[in-house]
Amino acid sequence: MLAQQLVNGLTLGSTYALVALGFTLVFGILGMINFAHGEIFMLGAYMALLLVTVGKLGIFWALIGGMVGAAILGMLIERVSFRPLRKVSILAPLISTIGLSIFLRSLAQIVFGAESTRFPVNIKTEFYQVGPFQISLLQIIILAISFGLMSVFQVFIQKTKVGKAMRATSESLYTAGLLGIPVDRIILLSFAVASALGGVAGVLVGLNFNAISPLMGKMVGLKGLTIIILGGMGNITGAMVGGLFLGFVEVLSVGYLTSSYRDAVAFALMFLVLLIRPTGLFGRVAK
Amino acid sequence: MRPLLEVRQVSKVFGGLKALDQVSLGVAEGEIFGLIGPNGAGKTTLFNLISRALPVSSGSVFFGGEDISRLPDYRICQMGIARTYQNIRLFGKMTVVENVMLGQHSRTRAGLGSILLRLPRERAENASARKTAEHWLDFFHLSGKRGDKASSLAYGEERRLEMARALASEPSLLLLDEPSAGMNPQEVRELNELILKIRDRGKTILVIEHNMKVIMDICDRIAVLDFGQKIAEGPPAAVRTDFRVIEAYLGKEA
Amino acid sequence: MFDAYTSQVLTFIGINSILALSLYITALAGQLSVGHAAFMGIGAYTSALLMAKLGWPFFLTTACGAVAGGFFGFCIGLPTLRLKDLYLAIATLAFNIIWVVMVMNIEAFGGALGIFNVPKVTNNWIVYLSLGVLLLSFYRLQDSRMGRAFRAIEEDEDAARAMGVNAVYYKVYAFTLGAFLAAYAGALYAHFVTFISPHDFEVDRSIEILLFVVLGGGQTFIGPVVGAVLLTLAPEVLRFLAEYRLLVYGLMFVVIMLIRHEGLIEEDTISWKRWSRWLRREGDASPP
Repeated sequence: MLAQQLVNGLTLGSTYALVALGFTLVFGILGMINFAHGEIFMLGAYMALLLVTVGKLGIFWALIGGMVGAAILGMLIERVSFRPLRKVSILAPLISTIGLSIFLRSLAQIVFGAESTRFPVNIKTEFYQVGPFQISLLQIIILAISFGLMSVFQVFIQKTKVGKAMRATSESLYTAGLLGIPVDRIILLSFAVASALGGVAGVLVGLNFNAISPLMGKMVGLKGLTIIILGGMGNITGAMVGGLFLGFVEVLSVGYLTSSYRDAVAFALMFLVLLIRPTGLFGRVAK
Repeated sequence: MRPLLEVRQVSKVFGGLKALDQVSLGVAEGEIFGLIGPNGAGKTTLFNLISRALPVSSGSVFFGGEDISRLPDYRICQMGIARTYQNIRLFGKMTVVENVMLGQHSRTRAGLGSILLRLPRERAENASARKTAEHWLDFFHLSGKRGDKASSLAYGEERRLEMARALASEPSLLLLDEPSAGMNPQEVRELNELILKIRDRGKTILVIEHNMKVIMDICDRIAVLDFGQKIAEGPPAAVRTDFRVIEAYLGKEA
Repeated sequence: MFDAYTSQVLTFIGINSILALSLYITALAGQLSVGHAAFMGIGAYTSALLMAKLGWPFFLTTACGAVAGGFFGFCIGLPTLRLKDLYLAIATLAFNIIWVVMVMNIEAFGGALGIFNVPKVTNNWIVYLSLGVLLLSFYRLQDSRMGRAFRAIEEDEDAARAMGVNAVYYKVYAFTLGAFLAAYAGALYAHFVTFISPHDFEVDRSIEILLFVVLGGGQTFIGPVVGAVLLTLAPEVLRFLAEYRLLVYGLMFVVIMLIRHEGLIEEDTISWKRWSRWLRREGDASPP
């Protein structure tokens, strides 16, 4: 039983990690939170759903579609909420994205209805036994994609020229500009990458629970926030570890505590961490 | 005669960096004492330690015979030490007169109750604080600007406002951090006169400066810091010719 | 005097104005709270329960509700002193969520269903009298050492401390006062709507209160009230939009941030000098 829970926790946690990465990328570069990130996650799932149901495309294309659609959405948000406002005040982009999240959520509710929808996935419900662990084919796929993306991302951010430019910009926007890095474009790209990760996570979560709803972004958005606090704002490893950790904690607490406390656990942890180590467990001081 | 301010063997360490190394000095009451040294020598750090913006790593600071090295920061102003900043830290959104009245905070006591009920004690206190503020605004020729936002002031006016705010707290010791920065020679002369007038009011002044006109013309004694250590102390004329000081500023001969 | 519907809207405007001011006072000292709904809930539940279980009179239960809120405000405000800006906002958000979950799980408080049949005592006289007192208080606070201390801390805490302001004391004070006022508003709310549940005090509500201040402008104490008035009326006015209401609501904030991010009311907006200069067409005067 515990073994099963661990697998479930890992699966859930890997999707959380993707969401957290998105948050932490934006925070690392701008020192701000995109409150609409949860809605990007949600809309990524819906875009994939449309591709599968209306477009009659396979899961693979649905994932790509979700990623690309989310990336585009993310870039739009950067143009509307961050580019014009980030120099003006710290609060303004925050409020703007809060407004956007309300807008996007109700848009989804109008277009897709407020109920949750099944995610039609034609993946065989096969189970494999790996030692004491029982894992389904679906879970394998999810884990493969999440960890695959995280690895690709790590390579991207560490080894490629663009990735290094992103890291430089997140160290110091000003200095990066002086060094000739096209800061505005890097920021836009960061939003695209962050949102793509969020969108994919949405699709994966939809697959995992076989249900998506317009409201799924809200809680996930808030949890993403807790993860980056726990793991350290702006810290990539912290976001990934934090996401996995939260996945485990949640699954275990549902199993061993009443499910209604599940949400509170994450936030209680976050509150404690904020009190003890305001920059998060791995974090560095934000700008 | 016991000095008003006594810095005893004070050191400050940041991580691996020793910003101040066993610095000792004494400032007598009524003195104008100058603190000079190359950039990064630790002068502003010393101010930060005296005003308790930072804790000392070792050593102690005595003021009026009392050890102030472990007091909470807001108590320092209450004890009678006020400071200005190298890069001017005014409350830009507040008006000029409000900035100076803020200086009177530690000399007033009214709490929420007496404020809301407009008790006579609060009204009198507030009026007196305003009077003190007006007095110092007048001294610094800022009265005309009293209702303006502090952020709208010209650079020279900002410097004077910061000093007015500090003086409104009725300090016995005034810490001035590079007050002449950005001033032309005429302005520096006016500044010197102002500082002398402030001393005539019974204040003691410790001033960090790079401008030799200020140092030579008005300082009674000066100390020189270099790499966190005090390398010379004495009357300006004597220190100026001290070879160690010249070396510190110009670099050692190859 | 007014018909039932108008009277009800007026009551909500009044209560929301008090809530807006409760957030304003903590923001005045530089602390952004996105968890004020929890304090509102504490006041609401305390007052409702004291009346239901102990039969205490309205003024006593309301007072206790407010004090309970203040107490929790103190408990949260003190440990979170070190947190700045975004971190404090997130911490208060976390507190809000945790509070809701806890209350949902306590049967004695009605659990997830909440409390029914709370006696209806609140009326517009009480609400507007309270609001009037509050507004007068804020006016008095402006030209006072406490008001200046708050504003100095908000602008430059270190410089304020160097000038003798006990920042710790004032920050906790501002936070406690804010929680106290929010709880008071919560008690008034409970005895007006007669049915409260944890869902009334979720993060959505905290964000709503934040939006009052952001829309109306956080530079003066009039701003938050204006924001509360407009945003309370908005759903009524936008009723014709039916299910598109929230779309417009959300979009509104995006637009406002782009056009006038400081909020509607700036200091200039309520200054006699600016208005009279514009009316007299002096110099290059423009409308505030």
